[in-house]
Amino acid sequence: MISLSLIRKSDLWYSFTRSRSAMVAAIVLAMLILTAIFAPLIAPQNPYDPAQLDMWKSELPPIWDQLGEWPYVLGTDTQGRDMLSAILYGTRISVVIGIASVALSLLVGLSLGLVAGYFGGVVDNLLMRFGDVLLSIPTILIAILVSTVVRQMLPPELRDVGSSAVLVLAITLSGWVQYARTVRAQTIVERSKEYVQAARLLRVPARRIMVRHILPNTLTPIMVAATLNFGMAILTEATLSFLGIGMPPGQPSLGTLIRIGNQFLFSGLWWIVLFPVLQLCLLVVSVNLLGDWLRDALNPKLR
Amino acid sequence: MLVFIIKRIANAAMVMLAVALLAFLIFRLAGDPVELMANEQMSQADRDNLREKLGLNDNFATQYARFVVNAAQGNFGISYRNNQEVLGLIAERFPATMELVLVATFISLVVGIPMGVITAIQRGKWYTESLQFLSIIGVSLPSFVVGILLILVFSVSLGWAPAFGRGDVVDFGWWSTGLLTSSGRAALILPAIALSLYQITLIMRLVRAEMLEVLRSDFVKFARARGIPRWRIHFRHALRNCLMPVVTMTAMNIGALIAFALITETVFQWPGMGMLFIQAVTFIDIPVMAAYLCIVSFIFVFLNTLVDIAYAVIDPRLRAR
Amino acid sequence: MDGIFTLFRIPRTMKTLRSTLLACTALLAMGTAAGAETLRWAGQRDIFSLDPYSYGSTSNLAFLNHIYEGLVRYTPEFEVVPALATEWELIDNKVWRFKLRQGVAFHDGSEFNADDVIASMARVSDPTSPLRGNIPLFVGAKKVDDFTVDLEVSAPNPLFLNDMTNIFMFDGQWLVDNNSEKPTDVGGQVEGYTTYNTNGTGPFMLDSRVPDSKTVLVVNDGWWDEKQHNIDRIEFTPISSAATRVAALLSGEIDLIDAAPIQDLARLEASPGIKVDKRSDLRTISIAFNRKEKLADGRDNPFNDIRVRQAFDHAIDRDLLHRRVMRGLSHPAGTLVAPEIPGYSAELDTPTEYDPELSQKLLAEAGQTGLSFTYLCMNDESVNEEDVCSAMVNMLSRAGFKPVLDIAPRAVQAPKRSSGNSDVYMLGWANEPTLDAYSMLVQVLSTRDGAAGVANYGGWSYPALDQMVTAAANELDRDKRLAIETEALKLAKEEVIMIPLHQQPMAWAMTDKIEDVTIRADNKPRHWLTRLAD
Repeated sequence: MISLSLIRKSDLWYSFTRSRSAMVAAIVLAMLILTAIFAPLIAPQNPYDPAQLDMWKSELPPIWDQLGEWPYVLGTDTQGRDMLSAILYGTRISVVIGIASVALSLLVGLSLGLVAGYFGGVVDNLLMRFGDVLLSIPTILIAILVSTVVRQMLPPELRDVGSSAVLVLAITLSGWVQYARTVRAQTIVERSKEYVQAARLLRVPARRIMVRHILPNTLTPIMVAATLNFGMAILTEATLSFLGIGMPPGQPSLGTLIRIGNQFLFSGLWWIVLFPVLQLCLLVVSVNLLGDWLRDALNPKLR
Repeated sequence: MLVFIIKRIANAAMVMLAVALLAFLIFRLAGDPVELMANEQMSQADRDNLREKLGLNDNFATQYARFVVNAAQGNFGISYRNNQEVLGLIAERFPATMELVLVATFISLVVGIPMGVITAIQRGKWYTESLQFLSIIGVSLPSFVVGILLILVFSVSLGWAPAFGRGDVVDFGWWSTGLLTSSGRAALILPAIALSLYQITLIMRLVRAEMLEVLRSDFVKFARARGIPRWRIHFRHALRNCLMPVVTMTAMNIGALIAFALITETVFQWPGMGMLFIQAVTFIDIPVMAAYLCIVSFIFVFLNTLVDIAYAVIDPRLRAR
Repeated sequence: MDGIFTLFRIPRTMKTLRSTLLACTALLAMGTAAGAETLRWAGQRDIFSLDPYSYGSTSNLAFLNHIYEGLVRYTPEFEVVPALATEWELIDNKVWRFKLRQGVAFHDGSEFNADDVIASMARVSDPTSPLRGNIPLFVGAKKVDDFTVDLEVSAPNPLFLNDMTNIFMFDGQWLVDNNSEKPTDVGGQVEGYTTYNTNGTGPFMLDSRVPDSKTVLVVNDGWWDEKQHNIDRIEFTPISSAATRVAALLSGEIDLIDAAPIQDLARLEASPGIKVDKRSDLRTISIAFNRKEKLADGRDNPFNDIRVRQAFDHAIDRDLLHRRVMRGLSHPAGTLVAPEIPGYSAELDTPTEYDPELSQKLLAEAGQTGLSFTYLCMNDESVNEEDVCSAMVNMLSRAGFKPVLDIAPRAVQAPKRSSGNSDVYMLGWANEPTLDAYSMLVQVLSTRDGAAGVANYGGWSYPALDQMVTAAANELDRDKRLAIETEALKLAKEEVIMIPLHQQPMAWAMTDKIEDVTIRADNKPRHWLTRLAD
């Protein structure tokens, strides 16, 4: 078992080193994520602290422009917010929401899928029907409805603070079904195999069988889906924030920054909207390039 | 056969009931309807009356049953925001969205299928590689960014096509179409392109994958051995074999596309259901939100069921499943 | 490669597509040329209702003034002149007698007469009428003959005529026929037939309306007044996104935008074929506080301590708002009314000094350092309000407050504001239609009581000010009245009842197609005076 996965891994590594786009994407993504995580250490300013914003320094162009000023490398927005800091913090929010919602979806999807596939029967039926229902509602719609309704349920003073948690919940709700279905299908196949039957005869606890034996066999398709969903989650968050139902202006994500910048599309303040757009695209493109490569690399048919 | 169809329809009905339950839950969770509807001058007695009139004193199951019965008859209640029949509000904007979605679907087929074929049969060439790469950018670009870029380039800089609205429309009964006026067609161009971009990449990838599969199959190898010209194999035989999944996916994706259109509609101020929905979300207009959810899901489930049944009619083997 | 393309007939498809695109563009261009008599006009938000009594919103009433008219109206120079009434006189300091214009027809053809005035006055002064606060002096109406009516007033103040410019006349029988004798109410979400249907006497008639999408007016050929415009059709489209609004103008799909985003003016002015008209508005944007015993969350209300309000005032850098957010186009305000408004005093109009240290000191003295409160803002009411609010939050944070911004569209926020439950809110007051400081004093600053203090959402009460307001209402001598009003504004400033920020700028942008348009400080469209190029 272990040796098998090692070979697979080294296979993957080999394919990775041969794919230029995957390597570039991985490097870019690693840089984006690292700078985002360490944003508080790198960024010249904390863009969420209103007291740090100096409006007399608003609308400065990037540093290479004559009117640019140090340390506002990418210029400032209309509130005097340093664009570089805002983008780093915004990426941080996007990445954290992306990772958190994929992780939560995985947790929910894997456990429910395993349970449904392993035990079958009523539990299976119920869970899968619920999944059907969720799948018959477009993702973006679920995300919008959940974030609106949950926010409405929160007391006003928690609405801003809880925004990111609400978004994670909203994205997770539609995300878990896909994992659950994949794992369930695989579990049903594995369950009938001899080693599982043998383990059951030996009275190995169900949980142990599921986690130790069945789960590892489902990981390949899950990995691909998780990577691509990470990109989707970032896009969904950005879209909600762009529509004004995601992150509030006080803690802007990339989507919020684009929404605000969009108001200044014709004002000549191009840096307010261009840089967040570029960053968002770079982030999602690199995630998707990696996901695409991963899918091809793990697909035996295409080898 | 009949059993299968009945089963499939029953299944769809169950899913719709569950969607209705979700829609109903939105009502229950988003706060007290009386508080959302009442103005501040309303007295407690008025509030109690309203509560009774809305049937909020009944138990959960009764209220849910009433909601389902009403919704099935197209009665989604009155909008909190402008006191109009929700169904009327949506019906008014339904044609705009459908037109946008259908035209976008058309564009995605016309562009996506050839691109898919080319990338499959010309593997390894520089232009197929770049098409592949472009398709990844296509799925990665947020559609609001695409919309903004299209407006900037084609509307403001070049002045080729309008940036907002629907132009002039012609009414046919309750349906209104922009396809018959020049301004209506012009206004449709940019939003339709923006909406189709994602769908193009999906179709292109699907066609490519299916083509690769078919090209490896025995009958293609056999055909090649028989000396049938290459283009004939690709387009006559291979492509025909992958069109089925493309049609299926296109049909099933229309529901998703309707929902997705809300972003495009917002960017282009397209007066469709999506814009109505986004406005309803901003104003916490629950009846409109719930109705939109039900209608979009209904279209989705309806098309899915239709596709399933159509498949069963074409290929009896699937009925066993 | 070539073979594949021919095979798949892509060239033909592409060609068709391209020629369709070209044809569309060409047709579009032709359409613009042929539709020269149509004014395509875009605003920031839709009108709220077609019922002029449903909401005391200046923009709503200004729009409906194209369909409905009052007994009197303002000239572009703000003089009161005859409209549906031809002459009037004050009798015994108690009654205004109006002689009505004869031969005026409503859009449905019925004749305008005294009964219509009586029905309209009854409707607008109904206790449920949102516009009742606009005519605080009105007591009752009586028909003298078919073309003469008496309107009784509580005080002989000539400002009553100014107020009457906003009271549009309905057809009484039409109201009865459509069961609409009671006014509708946008704020209270009361709707009715009049919300979607109109029957006025004005220069334009309603053709169609799809809320949030498009409202179309067509010319009323039977209008009683001499026609100065050359418009056959007005298409009004609300475009909430500033960028889309500008894009629509630049690409020629719209002829005129009011509320042109001030950050885009430079770009617009530099664009060929685009004209921009800008000036400062009558509207004063100010901050007001909840002044009840307790805040909505049950805390003792800290804003009843004048030191807190003063700290708030000194925390605001008005110069920064003026130069940065308003791009130098606003007028930083030291008093609650604009310089054009009678009752204004230049002496009071010295903006409070920006002094964050003093703010911190005052807050500390009041024991309220780190005071946390919600700050209610709208993102579609005043000019660049979102930016103003963010800037305010930054400045207040520096001065030791902890504001929590609550920002949403007006339709969501207005009920919260008028319910009086928000801690701190913004209010823009243009003194419409009175065009006199009396409007601000009686409707906003006075204690809430009947028609007085209708916009006193915070619930403050200054009896001394109330007395001055009553005195002003009864003062017939204009100069004396204005002196009293100035005195009352001084009290408001000393007590920091409200904090004035600025008179906001206004800007309209239009294409060459607009030959002549009348823009005044009241920011009202008057398209019956607009001329389009042929």
